[in-house]
Amino acid sequence: MDELIEKSGFEGLSPTEIQEITAEMGHYEDKTAASIEALKIVQKHRRWVSDPCLVAVSELLGISTAQLEGVATFYNLIYRQPVGKTVIHYCNSVTCWMMGAERVREQLCRHLNVKLGEMSADGEYTVLPIVCLGACDHAPVALVGDQLKLDLTDNAVNEILKR
Amino acid sequence: MDIMDKPLTKNILPDRAFATLADYESTGGYQGLRQAITQLQPKEVRQWVKDAGLRGRGGAGFNTGLKWGLVPEKKTNDTKHYLVVNADEMEPGTFKDRFLLERDPHQLIEGIIIAAYAIQANTAYIFLRGEYHLAAQRLTHALQEARTKNYLGEHVLNTGFSLEIHLHTSAGRYICGEESALLNALEGKRATPRAKPPFAVVSGLWGWPTVVNNVETLCNVPHILQYGVEWYQSLGRGLDKGTKLFGVSGRVKCPGLWELPMGTPIREIIEEHAGGMQDGYKLRGFLPGGASTDFMLPEQLDVLMDYDTVAKAGSRMGTGTIIVLDDKTCPVQMVLNLEEFFAQESCGWCTPCRDGLPWTVTLLKDIIAGHGRMEDLDTLAGLTRMLGPGNTFCALAPGAMEPLQSALKYFRADFERYIVGHNVVMEPA
Repeated sequence: MDELIEKSGFEGLSPTEIQEITAEMGHYEDKTAASIEALKIVQKHRRWVSDPCLVAVSELLGISTAQLEGVATFYNLIYRQPVGKTVIHYCNSVTCWMMGAERVREQLCRHLNVKLGEMSADGEYTVLPIVCLGACDHAPVALVGDQLKLDLTDNAVNEILKR
Repeated sequence: MDIMDKPLTKNILPDRAFATLADYESTGGYQGLRQAITQLQPKEVRQWVKDAGLRGRGGAGFNTGLKWGLVPEKKTNDTKHYLVVNADEMEPGTFKDRFLLERDPHQLIEGIIIAAYAIQANTAYIFLRGEYHLAAQRLTHALQEARTKNYLGEHVLNTGFSLEIHLHTSAGRYICGEESALLNALEGKRATPRAKPPFAVVSGLWGWPTVVNNVETLCNVPHILQYGVEWYQSLGRGLDKGTKLFGVSGRVKCPGLWELPMGTPIREIIEEHAGGMQDGYKLRGFLPGGASTDFMLPEQLDVLMDYDTVAKAGSRMGTGTIIVLDDKTCPVQMVLNLEEFFAQESCGWCTPCRDGLPWTVTLLKDIIAGHGRMEDLDTLAGLTRMLGPGNTFCALAPGAMEPLQSALKYFRADFERYIVGHNVVMEPA
């Protein structure tokens, strides 16, 4: 494991990350409970959870790397591969599917020239499907970074990518 | 609008992003808490909520006060009780809790404090789905406001009761909505369900008695304490009490969400509130309460939306958010979309669900691709029984089978058309 960390150029979790994770640990009677928040904190700073990061977080939490990996790979919003600066989650659950989710996917992937899960060439975007975003009265919808985009039309690319 | 008829949404105004603490207090906010904590014993609060007839709005419909009463009395001061808010709204077609969380966060917080007092919990967790960023922001802010006003923290309103509420944002899995899986997720583990019994009310978070309540359920609580049991009971139109957020999505003229009395006829919700079908589309059927409920047909529009009446009609009220199937959407493809969701979201813990759901998806895909055989329909029907209640570890797979079993019953000809090769191709938009 040490070798893995050395090769990657990973210099350990930052003081900010350690501080934020430690604060979360204080909310629970068992620090294992902070696992998911800890992985999300790492992602906030680094976009995704690399192998050396996973090892460092597991050491901080005092649990085995295998246990943390089991958690990391279970949840939809933890990325174990690099993703773009902004992740576009288009909803593909039932109402959005009926109202045009496939069109949204097709337009986005074509415009960015990516397959689902890939990073765009400029490193800006990754497109992923997500389950119902709880905005079915405005279907089809997508979560762009942390912004919910509603009522996507035939012009979904412009609506999603405009700043 | 008479605010007494719409307790849950009285502070949610079209031209207001969300209700601030001042907005919330101006319509009587935190009076229910004051009443509960200074005038009533925890046991009395439980009794009020039980007598009011409030039933869990997450879909199961268990009497909330009764659930609170199942928590054992504290024997020593070292005993801990926990309250957990299930804000992991992820049932496809459901968009009610996000609305309540974003638009009136204090209503939920007041409900949490009263519920925690009723079960004598000094720590509560809001288990919020990770995708609800705006709700997380607004809740964080509202929790801070509540602390500064001493509604929360040490000695709430100068009483002997103390409470801390932590916001936990999840990382996304439908199974986290299952009570015992949610507790595993909160403990930082994979969200697999736990064996029951013991139930969470006896042995939940880290083995302590834990009540898990849905967001909308808890939002009802302050009003019961403020206006009383009789008032609450007077709100229902059918067998159940109170009001409910009902929603409609799909090809209706005005998709949306409305607070209406329990027992409002489905016809009124779809035709009046949602404005009926869009021009050029006819109603073919609907899922009354999210993805895991049985299809109902247009001839069942006069059924009243309450737990028992919808159950008698062969489905479940579930979350009360209706998904409409129009005549230009293929029911077989719709069911495939639903089953792909359930197959993806299965936690993989028990074999029938882990293997049965992907099998269901494969069969449906084959049928749609034109490779189906009539026997496949028997196999699908067999799966609805094998993955049904009693054969799996939790309710995910049985829920997944509800739209499939009813589609096989009501839309069999659509399945058969694919198999005999005369299908009229229907593509989603």
